[in-house]
Amino acid sequence: MNTKLATPHQGRFGRLLHNIVRYRVLLLMLLPTSIIFFINCYIPMFGLFIAFKNINYIDGIMGSPWAGLDNFRFLFATSDALRVTINTVGYNVVFIISGLILSVSLAIAINEVRSKLASKFFQTVMIMPNFLSMVVVSFIVYAFLHPEYGFLVKHILPMFGYSSVNAYMHPNAWPYILWITKMWHSIGIGSVIYLAAITGISEELYEAAVMDGASKWKQITKITLPLLTPIMVILTILNMGGIFRSDFGLFYHVTLDSGALRSTTDVIDTYVYRGLIQLNDLGMSSAANFYQSIVGFFLVIGANALARKLNRDTALF
Amino acid sequence: MTTASRTSAYAKGSTTAQIILHVFFIAFSLACILPILLIVAISLTNEKTLTLQGYKFWPDHIDASAYQYLFKHSETLVKAYGVSLTVTLIGTVLAVLLIALYAYPLYRKDFPFKKTFNFYLLITMLFSGGLVPFYLLYVNYLDLKDSLVALILPGLSNAFYIFITRTFFQQTIPEEMIESGKLDGASEWRIFFQLVLPISLPVLATIGLFTTLMYWNDWFNSMLFINDTDKFSLQYVMIQMIRQAEFFKTQLAGSGVALMVQESVPTESLRMAMVVLSIGPILFIYPFFQKYFTKGLTIGAIKG
Repeated sequence: MNTKLATPHQGRFGRLLHNIVRYRVLLLMLLPTSIIFFINCYIPMFGLFIAFKNINYIDGIMGSPWAGLDNFRFLFATSDALRVTINTVGYNVVFIISGLILSVSLAIAINEVRSKLASKFFQTVMIMPNFLSMVVVSFIVYAFLHPEYGFLVKHILPMFGYSSVNAYMHPNAWPYILWITKMWHSIGIGSVIYLAAITGISEELYEAAVMDGASKWKQITKITLPLLTPIMVILTILNMGGIFRSDFGLFYHVTLDSGALRSTTDVIDTYVYRGLIQLNDLGMSSAANFYQSIVGFFLVIGANALARKLNRDTALF
Repeated sequence: MTTASRTSAYAKGSTTAQIILHVFFIAFSLACILPILLIVAISLTNEKTLTLQGYKFWPDHIDASAYQYLFKHSETLVKAYGVSLTVTLIGTVLAVLLIALYAYPLYRKDFPFKKTFNFYLLITMLFSGGLVPFYLLYVNYLDLKDSLVALILPGLSNAFYIFITRTFFQQTIPEEMIESGKLDGASEWRIFFQLVLPISLPVLATIGLFTTLMYWNDWFNSMLFINDTDKFSLQYVMIQMIRQAEFFKTQLAGSGVALMVQESVPTESLRMAMVVLSIGPILFIYPFFQKYFTKGLTIGAIKG
């Protein structure tokens, strides 16, 4: 439409110019955020080359000599790379699968609560943990696990004949502790999103099913679940793209960054952070960073392609 | 919130089933709330009782001395509150405004550069430079170390919220409304501020709540960029507290207040009192947003 308004002798460039002038206000609206994205997201993308440099502070980032693949060779030569990769992927896979199952089940269950008041109350309370920062959560976990005063340690474990356990020294307990903490923090809000989708399902479908004599279980498996699938797929794709990233706060603060726990709690993000801030090992942490970014990118693309194959409409892009 | 209960045929579950469901959800709600209450209980427990009996849900002696102590002595607390409050207020207002400003042109069907700017956003969701270049850019090139800007700027770029807002516009704002606004001679700015924003309250409130939480709960950027104790955010002060039991004593000693009372500093309950004070404002603001919360989330996210 707009192009017709342009005079015929104008070429592509003229049309572009015409559109820019015509939509200058809308373009102006886009400007501030475009600049912010450029600073926060685009410039750091170009910084990925740091992984191939041997950074020293005298020559600066640009002037430092190239290191080829040395940083990567160092990273993968240590056992660290394997350990943090296994931890990162392992935790994420478990979190994604169990989070999905628990949130969806919870949403279906709360949808069956007949009293509107009770349902609202439960939903409000369930979201609460998600409002707390991981720092606060780390205090809560600490309140249960404190080696001397902790509620679990002091009052619950003695009932089973254990005395004074310092969980912060036992790496094998942490996969369970972190799983419980993560689920406590996130399934409430997750289920509210699914619940919103369930409420959007047309009532007539259920009425028809009841007429045909469908049991509650049949209604759930034949109507609710299939109609929830698209949003389940989209959210899972988004999560899969993040399989190489983790909830830094969970792994760093909740464990109190305890060195004794690293074998089971160190993930790529905490590794990069320690390399950068505590050890000031720029080369190694950039290499780990690069590894994380590239694999993450292919994971999103791959997950999306898979979703597209299963069902064209459910893919993210 | 969402109307979860259905009338008519669907809701005819048995009474026993309802009882089981209620019992389950009451237990689940307790599991969500009790851990938070444990923190509150510890903050109200007398220090001596604590060392004798450990952390308990029902302290034998309720004692507000940790709070009294905080209010009397802690310059650190007041400063940290100020930093967190400033960052959250400025950050949230800016973020919501900028998100709406970016989402609006993407919603306009007649806007010829829609695809370009959509793509510009999508890339940021797929690809990231990661922590190291980001850190170096902020510290070495933008020189933002120890600047509150370093606490606000990272939170302003969120592609996901922009997509939610755009979808909300698409679902709720009729094209004709924009057209008639134009016919009446309203400028683009006027259409945006006086027609579009007022009917978009649900999504603005939802995004607003999320950004408020993000800024209030942020510790990562403080941890990366802030060394100056005067600019510590509340969350960062708490990190110091859980890591170093002596943090408060040294802070107070540093400010010359508490050298003589060091013996009686209720360290354990003090930490938890601090945590309670940091959660307070969040639970306080939630009811204001709650009305819009699910509506904004549902329309914006699901129909994408």
